[in-house]
Amino acid sequence: MVMEIVDILEKILILAGMVTLGFAIGMLFNGIARKVSARIQNRVGPPVYQGFIDVFKLFGKKTNISHGWIFDLAALFSVSGIALAFLFLPVAGYSMLSTDGDLFLILYLLAIPALGFALGAGASGNPNAAVGVMRALMSMLAYELPLVMVMVAMMVYYNTTSLANIVAAQANMQWAFFIPIFFIGALVADMALQGMLMEKPFDIPIAPHEIATGPMVEFGGKHLGALMLYKMMGTVVETTLFVDLFLGGGVVLSVAQYGWLAYLVNFAVWFVLILIVFLIAVMIDNVLPRFRIEQALKFYWKYDALIAIFILIWIFAGVKI
Amino acid sequence: MKHEEWKKISRIMSKRSLWMVHFCTGCGAMEMPPVMTSRYDMERFGIFAMATPRQADVFLVTGYLAVKTLKRVVQVYEQMRDPKYVIGFGSCTINGGMYWDSYNTIKDLSKYIPVDVYIAGCMPRPEAIIDSFLKLMDMIDKGEAIGWQKYRKYYDQYKRNQKMAFEYRLDEVKPIKEDDKNES
Ligand code: SF4
Repeated sequence: MVMEIVDILEKILILAGMVTLGFAIGMLFNGIARKVSARIQNRVGPPVYQGFIDVFKLFGKKTNISHGWIFDLAALFSVSGIALAFLFLPVAGYSMLSTDGDLFLILYLLAIPALGFALGAGASGNPNAAVGVMRALMSMLAYELPLVMVMVAMMVYYNTTSLANIVAAQANMQWAFFIPIFFIGALVADMALQGMLMEKPFDIPIAPHEIATGPMVEFGGKHLGALMLYKMMGTVVETTLFVDLFLGGGVVLSVAQYGWLAYLVNFAVWFVLILIVFLIAVMIDNVLPRFRIEQALKFYWKYDALIAIFILIWIFAGVKI
Repeated sequence: MKHEEWKKISRIMSKRSLWMVHFCTGCGAMEMPPVMTSRYDMERFGIFAMATPRQADVFLVTGYLAVKTLKRVVQVYEQMRDPKYVIGFGSCTINGGMYWDSYNTIKDLSKYIPVDVYIAGCMPRPEAIIDSFLKLMDMIDKGEAIGWQKYRKYYDQYKRNQKMAFEYRLDEVKPIKEDDKNES
């Protein structure tokens, strides 16, 4: 009995620590992105810990104007949804809540926080927010098609729908990234990632200069703080998904063989990999202007999806022959 | 004691992360692009231009205000979340500047909304703007930037002045009478 309670407590502690780690890395990434953009634009830029300062400042605001209980809950909904998605992903080969990390489940979990975001924006009743939500849903529709097709190709290739198994199959540096057909797949998915992270040229939903940050237009104070946490954690979750799919999830040492050392090294490698993937997105963000929504749709469905279909056919043919 | 420490931490945080409303009124706004971009780079201090008043902490009133603009300024100011700070920009916000005898511009901004820092000059150089931001940070740190509290305390007087201005009865606008010491 006592052992069980200790077990559960330990698990809760690990989960809480993991979520905290995710948020901390997200905030750090926000600062890094701003610093890197500043250096690209030949500026000095804010300190790398600017993300922490911003979030703490937002939570320290005195007045928090609410637009009804949906508006309040939506912020919570987004943060908890993205934390849940993070816990279901294999991070550095270590999954917290589910040992399978089913890909379909993760895709659904990724939609929950976005839905919360949309609900809150709808509750605020601002026309800019409505436009932003429309655009967010449209671009979600656009980038998910190629992404899901590449994922299905991977599922067929590895003969599993579990992300954990895909990560395990890529152990010993046999990354999907090094298989020529999935190298192309990684490029396709990276473009989809660009849309997921809402970086330029796909930052259509937030577009600060057009529709005043779209869905976030009425958010301020603690609500905005929660939304920023959601966005920051979102970068971690989405880059982790990419790393899990194509770069072996950052697993370099097997836990069975090396024990604690393996955890440390794997987490370090995972961190470096998601940082690289994120920095690529930030650099693309800095050199491109913004697409219009129909241009984004055209890009994803005409070029990205076409290549994804090609990959899909290739994999099916390869399996059958 | 503990509460005091929390207050101090939150002040340090809000001082290093001032988000600015992106709303430019007069010609002084011309000096903002160099301050924001590579030449003077205000993001070094965590100052960042936000798109909407809901998200912002600092309100820069960049220059002369016609009565019509004043209506928008008051709306924007009231939409911002506390604690909020106002920087009056250029001599037009101090005493009317070169519009001192105009029939439809207001002369002294601090009679309508509380101003924390003024920048003199027509128009102020980017160095002066950055200096004013540093001054504001210093004031936040010491707990002296309490314009938003004043606006709550003397709400009736501010509202009266605004109403007078909106009806173009500019000579009936009175300075704000403060009773005693304000504390943060
Ligand atoms: S102070 Fe000078 S620069 Fe500024 S708004 Fe007035 S006239 Fe224009």
